[in-house]
Amino acid sequence: TPCNCPPRAATTASLPQHGDRGFPFAAAAAAGQAPPRPRPAAAMQFMLLFSRQGKLRLQKWYVPLSDKEKKKITRELVQTVLARKPKMCSFLEWRDLKIVYKRYASLYFCCAIEDQDNELITLEIIHRYVELLDKYFGSVCELDIIFNFEKAYFILDEFLLGGEVQETSKKNVLKAIEQADLLSVLSNIKS
Amino acid sequence: MPAVSKGDGMRGLAVFISDIRNCKSKEAEIKRINKELANIRSKFKGDKALDGYSKKKYVCKLLFIFLLGHDIDFGHMEAVNLLSSNKYTEKQIGYLFISVLVNSNSELIRLINNAIKNDLASRNPTFMCLALHCIANVGSREMGEAFAADIPRILVAGDSMDSVKQSAALCLLRLYKASPDLVPMGEWTARVVHLLNDQHMGVVTAAVSLITCLCKKNPDDFKTCVSLAVSRLSRIVSSASTDLQDYTYYFVPAPWLSVKLLRLLQCYPPPEDAAVKGRLVECLETVLNKAQEPPKSKKVQHSNAKNAILFETISLIIHYDSEPNLLVRACNQLGQFLQHRETNLRYLALESMCTLASSEFSHEAVKTHIDTVINALKTERDVSVRQRAADLLYAMCDRSNAKQIVSEMLRYLETADYAIREEIVLKVAILAEKYAVDYSWYVDTILNLIRIAGDYVSEEVWYRVLQIVTNRDDVQGYAAKTVFEALQAPACHENMVKVGGYILGEFGNLIAGDPRSSPPVQFSLLHSKFHLCSVATRALLLSTYIKFINLFPETKATIQGVLRAGSAAPPPAAPPASAGAGNLLVDVFDGPAAQPSLGPTPEEAFLSELEPPAPESPMALLADPAPAADPGPEDIGPPIPEADELLNKFVCKNNGVLFENQLLQIGVKSEFRQNLGRMYLFYGNKTSVQFQNFSPTVVHPGDLQTQLAVQTKRVAAQVDGGAQVQQVLNIECLRDFLTPPLLSVRFRYGGAPQALTLKLPVTINKFFQPTEMAAQDFFQRWKQLSLPQQEAQKIFKANHPMDAEVTKAKLLGFGSALLDNVDPNPENFVGAGIIQTKALQVGCLLRLEPNAQAQMYRLTLRTSKESVSRHLCELLAQQF
Repeated sequence: TPCNCPPRAATTASLPQHGDRGFPFAAAAAAGQAPPRPRPAAAMQFMLLFSRQGKLRLQKWYVPLSDKEKKKITRELVQTVLARKPKMCSFLEWRDLKIVYKRYASLYFCCAIEDQDNELITLEIIHRYVELLDKYFGSVCELDIIFNFEKAYFILDEFLLGGEVQETSKKNVLKAIEQADLLSVLSNIKS
Repeated sequence: MPAVSKGDGMRGLAVFISDIRNCKSKEAEIKRINKELANIRSKFKGDKALDGYSKKKYVCKLLFIFLLGHDIDFGHMEAVNLLSSNKYTEKQIGYLFISVLVNSNSELIRLINNAIKNDLASRNPTFMCLALHCIANVGSREMGEAFAADIPRILVAGDSMDSVKQSAALCLLRLYKASPDLVPMGEWTARVVHLLNDQHMGVVTAAVSLITCLCKKNPDDFKTCVSLAVSRLSRIVSSASTDLQDYTYYFVPAPWLSVKLLRLLQCYPPPEDAAVKGRLVECLETVLNKAQEPPKSKKVQHSNAKNAILFETISLIIHYDSEPNLLVRACNQLGQFLQHRETNLRYLALESMCTLASSEFSHEAVKTHIDTVINALKTERDVSVRQRAADLLYAMCDRSNAKQIVSEMLRYLETADYAIREEIVLKVAILAEKYAVDYSWYVDTILNLIRIAGDYVSEEVWYRVLQIVTNRDDVQGYAAKTVFEALQAPACHENMVKVGGYILGEFGNLIAGDPRSSPPVQFSLLHSKFHLCSVATRALLLSTYIKFINLFPETKATIQGVLRAGSAAPPPAAPPASAGAGNLLVDVFDGPAAQPSLGPTPEEAFLSELEPPAPESPMALLADPAPAADPGPEDIGPPIPEADELLNKFVCKNNGVLFENQLLQIGVKSEFRQNLGRMYLFYGNKTSVQFQNFSPTVVHPGDLQTQLAVQTKRVAAQVDGGAQVQQVLNIECLRDFLTPPLLSVRFRYGGAPQALTLKLPVTINKFFQPTEMAAQDFFQRWKQLSLPQQEAQKIFKANHPMDAEVTKAKLLGFGSALLDNVDPNPENFVGAGIIQTKALQVGCLLRLEPNAQAQMYRLTLRTSKESVSRHLCELLAQQF
């Protein structure tokens, strides 16, 4: 006996259509106003600077992680990013994070942000940081960051705090750093 | 060594770094580091007090060594000493060391907190900022406990410097994220919102991050931020490119602040105040307009900053999902980006369009870009971009373009990266089923999937095609013909053999008329694959052979010959219980072949014909005469062939005779409430001879141990002739489960061991609690359960006379409430209930539509859990 039941509605989500007068279709349900989805607070999770040879030059973690985890993440990411070709997209999905990276000469700058974060503005966070280093050291190169790693950290702290942009004005950031340098020179003279 | 060393350089540090860089090998580096560590240790321990500069230098060296990846377990105390230095750089290095090498030593923490406290109270903004940075970098609970109450005060104090306010805002944010309970809300929150009006852009930039985080938990307290954020945004968006001086970035005014403000607005629904809303819509339109203007600079920084604002604007438009005009404009803008020469923009446009596709206002607009997206799937060189394109195709798929999208995805699958194949397979399978209008297309699609990427086709996918073919007789002939052709290929994926074996076993008769696919041809085609297959597939094929014998008597001699010759015997690795093909088949009916359940199978009858009466299993002969310890599932035999049929009798009732043969009768009485049940089993000795070593046990195979707890009491080991013993079982349903526990009964009768395994009549529906509800509520819940995987449906022939009263009784016995006046068709039945388990409750809705003319039913189940929907549907379908 052939089945006299009508063909099954094409989506498993909706009820079959015969005799369904009382049953609203799934489409109608979907059209109903969905409540606005609140977006969780998001920020940068960490920033890594490493060379083309895979040597870590600077690491800044904005989430609490064990040293073991940090090393594992660093190893994995350095490998992943170095394996990418030059023309590829600057963003990639990695675990449940988004990675935004850019290469400047021999150095890779690599940031991890959360799902809702803005990739392009993160790319410009990297660029602004490079500009700050450049301005401070005077055409910065990898060696400056190696030999003056503490300065690189201080500049970063003025610019980003807790993974959020604190001050975007180049003048203001450098003013803070130079003031500190001045303070130390002064205190050296005094002593 | 670089010539320039700003501030006060540390020569010793530079020399050390140079040494390390000159090391030729890892060993040399380690040697140099160990030497340095020994040196620093002796300096720290020495009698001579170190001056601040030396301390700073050594602490800095330790930091460098740590950052190279080596462990550092000393120097913390010296770093803490530096904190109280009145030289700025010494303090700074001390703080840096503490921030990087956080230590949980409580004595140290007390000292660190003391130093921070002093710096916060110093009224020297540079020192205050250092202390705040340290708290923000460490962000530990201890620091929260010490400072969370002070920082809000610093943040809103009228005399705090701007830079201190900025650091305080973000410091508080970090502490709030780590331990929200430590940050007291209070009078300061209102003043924080007003920081959005601050004259200093840096203060606004920091404050808006804090507000965005705080308002998530307390949206009402921060409501006023919406209008403030809108007016701030409006001022930025409408300002000329130079108005904001140093906050202008490559001709884009305050891009970071704009993005943050747009993000803050996404925490709230569209503004209710018409004026605010108007102003905001104007802003959004301005951003969209600016995207069309010629760029003010050729630098990528200019376009990145501008587009960062644009994408965040589009996110806000999607979040509101209420302005059709803006949604369509956003979509058109993204459409332009799809062909942009910047890979980054193409990637982001694909990603953003995925969310637009789910809005009813922009779904059609997204669809117009289908050709571009298909092209991206074919030509993008970066796999992550191709993946975005595949995601978008999936999101934009509907009935109108399903065939095109599915065929493009299939084509892509042939060359797709291994990493994403499984995902593509699943997407194709879902789309093919969801939008199948003609089922031969669906069958073709799934078979193509197996052909192209068989390894990535999961069980769910190929089970599903069997289910659909079984339930739709208009496609069965086509399916048989197609698998028959597919199996002709010399190298077939094993999943194809499984599907082919099953479909030919069930529907091979539909193509048997054609001499090219006559039964013997079908058999030899399948059997040619047999030796290349795994045990599970061989088992499935064996069950197909039995079906063949049933369907085509002319193949019986050949198949029996093959089986007797032992060529089909299982390899030595097979479980010992299956001594021959016959036993293996018993396993099969319990295993994969039983999955798309087709009701009672006629094959069982043939078993006895194929196999001589089974001898006592060697296991039982060797068994210890004393009552054995509870056997594990591997110790007991497979359930008797009728076990499923017996179980089915108890799905809708709780009492009755579970089993009876010449020796033994087993009766059941049970009651269930919530997630608990009690069952009485009555074992009656029908003979006049005593049973010895009588031992009934309950066994939980596989996962069931974590799903169902059954406590049994041991019964007397002897059962006199004509006597009856009773066993009480206490049952607790921990979580939803699919297979019933097994009841294994062993005893000796007249010296001969007897063993018997049954399925205990405990099925998930026993834990149903009926729920009455009005039609309106029913529809609302029905709608809420509208995901494809939440629904299970079966169309099947009536095995019993179709009597409404009997059906009603069965549905009530099944456990759900029957709801009257819900279905507009009075012939139909609608029910609702809740499955109670310890871990979770599963709400269930069901609908049964009888078709008296065709003698068929359609049964639909919707629950919040896929496996429960499917299982209930299978259980109930066998009752009518």
